[in-house]
Amino acid sequence: MNSLNIVVSGEAGSGIQTVETLLCEIFRRQHYVFSTKEYMSRVRGGANTTTIRISDSRINGFCEKTDILLSLDKKGIERIRERITSNTLIFGDVTETEKNSFSIDFSKIALETGNKVFSNTVATGFILGLLNKDKEIAGSVIGSFFATKGDQVIKGNIEALNKGYLTGQEFRKKLLFEAHIETVKEVERELFINGAEAVGTGAILGGCNFISSYPMTPSTPVFTFLAQHSKDFNIIVEQAEDEISAINMVLGSWYAGGRAMVSTSGGGFALMVESISLSGMIESPVVIHLGQRPGPATGLPTRTEQGDLLFSLFSGHGEFPRVIFAPGDLNESIFLTAKAFNIADKYQIPVFILTDQYLIDTYYNIPEPDFSLFDIEYYYLKETDPSYRRYKFTDNGISERAIPGNSGFVCLDSDEHDEDGHITEDREIRRKMVEKRNKKIMNIAEIERFEPCFYGHENYEILVLSWGSTKNTVLEAISQIDGARLGYLHFPIIYPLPSNIDNFFRKAKKTIVIENNYTSQFSKLLKMEKGIEVKEKILKYDGHPFSVEQITNALKEKI
Amino acid sequence: MKDLNNAWCPGCGNFGILSSIDKAIDELGIKRENIVMVSGIGQAAKLPHYTNVNFFNGLHGRSIPVATGIKATKPELTVIVVSGDGCIYGEGGNHFIHGIRRNPDITVIVHNNMVYGLTKGQASPTSQIGFRTPIQVCGVFEEPFNAIAVAIALNASFVARCFSADIEKTKEIIKLAIKHKGFSFVEILQPCVTFNKVNTYAWFRERTYYLDSSYSPDDRIKAFETSLEKDRISLGILYTGFQRKTFEQNLEDCGIVYPVIRRKSNIKNDLLKSLKKNHSK
Ligand code: SF4
Repeated sequence: MNSLNIVVSGEAGSGIQTVETLLCEIFRRQHYVFSTKEYMSRVRGGANTTTIRISDSRINGFCEKTDILLSLDKKGIERIRERITSNTLIFGDVTETEKNSFSIDFSKIALETGNKVFSNTVATGFILGLLNKDKEIAGSVIGSFFATKGDQVIKGNIEALNKGYLTGQEFRKKLLFEAHIETVKEVERELFINGAEAVGTGAILGGCNFISSYPMTPSTPVFTFLAQHSKDFNIIVEQAEDEISAINMVLGSWYAGGRAMVSTSGGGFALMVESISLSGMIESPVVIHLGQRPGPATGLPTRTEQGDLLFSLFSGHGEFPRVIFAPGDLNESIFLTAKAFNIADKYQIPVFILTDQYLIDTYYNIPEPDFSLFDIEYYYLKETDPSYRRYKFTDNGISERAIPGNSGFVCLDSDEHDEDGHITEDREIRRKMVEKRNKKIMNIAEIERFEPCFYGHENYEILVLSWGSTKNTVLEAISQIDGARLGYLHFPIIYPLPSNIDNFFRKAKKTIVIENNYTSQFSKLLKMEKGIEVKEKILKYDGHPFSVEQITNALKEKI
Repeated sequence: MKDLNNAWCPGCGNFGILSSIDKAIDELGIKRENIVMVSGIGQAAKLPHYTNVNFFNGLHGRSIPVATGIKATKPELTVIVVSGDGCIYGEGGNHFIHGIRRNPDITVIVHNNMVYGLTKGQASPTSQIGFRTPIQVCGVFEEPFNAIAVAIALNASFVARCFSADIEKTKEIIKLAIKHKGFSFVEILQPCVTFNKVNTYAWFRERTYYLDSSYSPDDRIKAFETSLEKDRISLGILYTGFQRKTFEQNLEDCGIVYPVIRRKSNIKNDLLKSLKKNHSK
């Protein structure tokens, strides 16, 4: 396996985004590409870095190792100081006192082509020249990227690309730079998407036809994705005045036959909590995409954390059931989000999709997903008669859900209610209603085949555990550890926990949990639900995602 | 309808409102199975339980967003919000404002009794200055919320005020409100015989008057002026401006094709195509 890590570092609003987009679009036609960004909560002037990893095999972990640093401003190096080693080559806006650093004025080169604004394309060309990449692909990417800007702009950019490319080639010769990453034919047909697009795609696949939300980082890109696709897929999209309105519109939509969702984060989700409880009481389906970010309060708006597992589990007053998915990769993001709509509809419960900034903003290529693996399931009644009772007692607690507009009235009440949906304080009915609501998801893990994903050594001695977005990074870290028999259990479904997991623990001499939070919420859940004690923990809560190196080192210490 | 034990006090203004609404529905000839009432919490919010319709009795203050979601998803339903002043103007004030801006084709009926009944007699957003309660021991000092003025300021497409005791007149206005395309707002003054000993039937009788035929409800400035009257309270349709596009019409103009429930075609190929198209941008 050969891979190369390029880090682009610059100020927000300075064009760093153009460089990262162009590089990714060019590389992803020839290699496996992984890209993730971290940014400050500022529109202009904040520090941004994007890590682009190109490889000849499918690896999608986040690596700190920096082979090439492309510094677009004076602070370019400082921003990622701890990721620079003696092997890192640094180009761009640098003073050459730094080891292996070479000052290149991309704007000056751009000016030679007539316009300073092409400096980002010069920088892109520089990297391509340094790596000796095919220029033709780059030309066609530039053509489509600037298509709306007119021929003059395209011409200027191609010229800028060529100039940058020549400079890159010069350095290639001067430094005897060699980095050969084999071209991979298959990737051309693959998709290159990020977590937000994967969740959005899953929502469309799941039949979503209504989304109302309030913009909040990092969950907004899912909202945007659905808005961008609203015409093609007939999705009602409305930006609400606040999160409370958003989720109540969504509950209204489900009541009228829609398949609706909200996309939210942190404090925005906190505002929705009373309505989560309402969905529990009225037994309405609802799908909640919760893009986690570090709290409490405003916390670190643009950073990442897995801090809301227990919050989502306990959100809402009173006792009622729910399901929580925590996809670990793009494929899981697509199919679990789609499934969330079916599960919500079938069991008439809230279903959460827990992602985080890291997953949402991470791109890599995936083979075309096989959408035929999924089918939309509708569970509401098409016809009713006047004997219809919305909350009829049944063996499994699930009563048939109808849509208003039929001869059977559909009556919902947030008060405790009888089978007709009318307010009641009858003790017997209350007891039966509590049982009815809570038993709906009894055995759901078996019925729906909720399973963890196992990787690694069949005869493991040490069992590593994680949930959600850390999956790819943990997988890669584990593959780098020799000499220990490691098994790895990833949980894309965290509530209710899969029923068969005790077996996995019986075999392990030691278990280690990896979580992007301080209190190790997943191990608390394991203890509470299954009585399983996990003593060894690898935790991170500085607002940044785990890297392959960090996990590898931490695991080595624990083994 | 089930024979429910009505929770309202005898003599409460809510009874009048219930019969006005029931008569309006019957006279309009709308099939009851196509009506959804959305309410929140409070004495007024129990109204849907006492008639024969579909209903969504949700959270305190949140009925306007719920109604918006219902109407946008299935526009053939007639959607009526019924709740009190505390629910719509207090807890749900933000939704009242933005609901008017969004202009879904729903009818919003607000029972205004200037007091909190269900929680036993605290001030409401419309309680008058000086109104004493077990909490507001020195009397209310906040300026009462003038919902009619706010609605006119926001260019609401239909703004009316009624008095619960005038069942016939109230019924006629509710009929027009339901028929009106867009956010129709009807505030109904409603005496609370148990907790509001100030704003009684007699108090309302003395101060209210009906706008006559000389009043033209499309004059926004005049309507605003009328809504600010201090010594008397106007009844009738205060303002119904030029026809504003409804939320659902805007959705359609933006490409939404009804019905939205249940997708017709197989989307899987389109989805793949559109994901690929993404790359060429
Ligand atoms: S408390 Fe007041 S508003 Fe409530 S039912 Fe009694 S009289 Fe009517």
